[in-house]
Amino acid sequence: MTPTSEPELSDMIKAATGPLRIVGGGTRPIGHVVGEALSTAALSGITLHEPGALTLVARAGTPVAEIEATLATQNQRLAFEPMDHRALMGTTGQPTIGGVVAANISGPRRISVGACRDFMLGVRFVDGSGNIVKNGGRVMKNVTGYDLVKLMAGAYGTLGVLTEVSFKVLPAVEAQTTLTLSNLDDTTAIRAMSAALGSPFEVTGVAHDPTQALTHFRLEGFAASVAYRADALSKLLAPFGTMQETKGDWAAIRDVTAFAGKSGDVWRISVKPSDAAALVAKIGADTVQYDWGGGLIWALCPAGTDVRTAMNSTAGHATLIRGTGQTFHPEPAPLAAISTGLRTKFDPRGILNTGIMG
Amino acid sequence: MQMPIPDASVIERKDQIVARLLAVLPKDAVISDVVETRAYECDGLTAYRCPPLCAVLPSNTDEVAAVLKICHELGVPVVPRGSGTSLAGGALPTADSVILGVAKMNGVIETNYDDRYIRVQTGRTNLSVTGAVEANSFFYAPDPSSQLACAIAGNIAMNSGGAHCLKYGVTTNNLMGVTMVMMDGTVVEIGGAYMDAGGLDLLGVICGSEGQLGVVTEATLRILPKPEGARPVLMGYDSSEVAGQVVTDIIKAGVLPVAIEFMDRPCIEATENFAHAGYPMCEALLIVEVEGSDAEIDAQLALIMEIAAKHNPVELREAKDADEAGRIWLGRKSAFGAMGQINDYMCLDGTIPVSELPYVLRRIGEMSKEFGLDVGNVFHAGDGNMHPLILFDANKEGDLELCEEFGAEILKLCVEVGGCLTGEHGVGIEKRDLMHVQFSAADLEAQMAVKDVFDPKWLLNAAKVFPLDASEPRRVA
Repeated sequence: MTPTSEPELSDMIKAATGPLRIVGGGTRPIGHVVGEALSTAALSGITLHEPGALTLVARAGTPVAEIEATLATQNQRLAFEPMDHRALMGTTGQPTIGGVVAANISGPRRISVGACRDFMLGVRFVDGSGNIVKNGGRVMKNVTGYDLVKLMAGAYGTLGVLTEVSFKVLPAVEAQTTLTLSNLDDTTAIRAMSAALGSPFEVTGVAHDPTQALTHFRLEGFAASVAYRADALSKLLAPFGTMQETKGDWAAIRDVTAFAGKSGDVWRISVKPSDAAALVAKIGADTVQYDWGGGLIWALCPAGTDVRTAMNSTAGHATLIRGTGQTFHPEPAPLAAISTGLRTKFDPRGILNTGIMG
Repeated sequence: MQMPIPDASVIERKDQIVARLLAVLPKDAVISDVVETRAYECDGLTAYRCPPLCAVLPSNTDEVAAVLKICHELGVPVVPRGSGTSLAGGALPTADSVILGVAKMNGVIETNYDDRYIRVQTGRTNLSVTGAVEANSFFYAPDPSSQLACAIAGNIAMNSGGAHCLKYGVTTNNLMGVTMVMMDGTVVEIGGAYMDAGGLDLLGVICGSEGQLGVVTEATLRILPKPEGARPVLMGYDSSEVAGQVVTDIIKAGVLPVAIEFMDRPCIEATENFAHAGYPMCEALLIVEVEGSDAEIDAQLALIMEIAAKHNPVELREAKDADEAGRIWLGRKSAFGAMGQINDYMCLDGTIPVSELPYVLRRIGEMSKEFGLDVGNVFHAGDGNMHPLILFDANKEGDLELCEEFGAEILKLCVEVGGCLTGEHGVGIEKRDLMHVQFSAADLEAQMAVKDVFDPKWLLNAAKVFPLDASEPRRVA
């Protein structure tokens, strides 16, 4: 099924007799969803870009590349730096903006500017009963009614099929530099990253690669400002070693390309940075990569590794991005009851991406 | 403005309800005396008042849970209250309700500078969150004008913003986790000192739900390192169109100021008479603030001044030191007080796409003549969040109603041009009946369905947010 309009999508959902599997670009096959494919490919196109208002509205099936190209013409960008899953997942196709929103996908800059959901201003969607619903809008400050925009971000299509999303965008930067520390163990690297994030120098990426023992810090902005902050940060972090200016492949960090083509389960774990190194020591991963100053751990583990048991009482959550097993971290009973309650309200027949979230 | 008819069967049972509450709370935490309950009869929207059945002031999450469990069992409506500074009537009681105030719960539970968060009880005031961490050069970013008094509980309920949210976002962007008590007394932990939700983003929908989904008792908040410095510039223009263009040009140039504030002539005149900040008399005044090291501020301001100068300003003034910076902000920060000196006023809060600014200001000017009520505009220009202040005389028969009618027309205009009814104050009772203007029946149904899940009996702050006719089948069920 490839609806070309909201009313058509609504009719298709109303008429559906079995489960529907919502497909954007098909680059991130997460979970184990069955059902007839429902593609957003024909719900595509940028409907509004107002550079002076830092606003962009696009239909859900719009390729992310098209959005980034349009923004680039006005020297703007999606600041939350959405990840491209193709290398990691071994997929082809074009990532769509609806898919990015449905999974609330953010890259390294999330640590300083916020997640995908933090840049979302509005959504339009069709729920599991075929109702066409809008929430939020296209303005930057809006507390009119409940914030279903956040609820839809990261709902993996289980509450409705997104048809249109609106974003706050930000200016692109004049200059960028990466400073790198070498030979730090994980615990020390996280201390260094925390020191940087606790400084006023506005680092916009902080990642640690234990395999090469390299810890990267990204600075962005006007050239003179970047130069000033690079100097200030080097002085601040001098106790951790001498910082070298490097090329800084942030696209590779964002897309976790280090795990591409390697077998094993891929886990994405969100924890408090200061808990990260101890947790990594427990999970038995083949390779790990730290992003978000240690708050995000990417772990490549032997198939079947039970990361969640290792987490035990560590606050946070682990998502199985690649592998067989339960995709999402089980929620405590009262929260699971709320989540189930919401899914039942928005999709009473349980036909949208059934079972993906529980 | 209408409120639902209070449930007489609840009011009749007042003694029984108070006795049950006294069994789980200390004596001084239950306020049932008719005179004393008047302290809770209104919030910052003082035009509407109604004393509650009683008020309770629990000291911790367990006591909140005990109170809600009792009210749930007895079918008693509950209205949560932070500091009572809502301008939208978010904490306005009904005669059959228990006010649940979190004021006693104001402690700091944990601060962690390595992981950059603070965990507080939600009765703590906004400014005192920053107060708890500023010795370590950190701050809590959302800065509503009422930050000296307003509580984090209310900030979360209303998803409060402030002057500096252009860069730092609003409450929802700085909230990491909560402990919340559901109406049936169940205590839930949502999120925490780590990023993003593992399942559905429940935190995202709780923030801004105006106390209708649960009572948030503790919150984990993102704290940020203080910038090295900040400095404002002031610029005056002969027309709001030009000022609007300056804002657009600054944003397009790639500078991201932390604040861009706008005031129009009526507001400038009022504040000058009141605060004597030395503002130029002109049609539109902008205050633009940037942050960073001295050199970074110099560079950003140079670019901003260059843009500003191209548009023939009547005045262009850069703060050279802290004292001058203070003077630039003085008028803006006194604007509401200054308008209050002239007369009673109603403060609106709609948001518009910034490109619509000149048109909307012109229309407001025209409507001001039609209604015969003066209006001053002060607002956050970078994000289009307007605060028109309509002046009226509360002692004059019919003036409040006329003012409300005018306000409603302005908010309808905001929606018409692609904006919304409220940018940071919340819907409360004030904008409740205008929700139909912005939302279809299906849109409202989807939001009310969320409340059905969290509070199936519709006992929590149920007369707010949704138009009474839309929520009635649920409230009386």
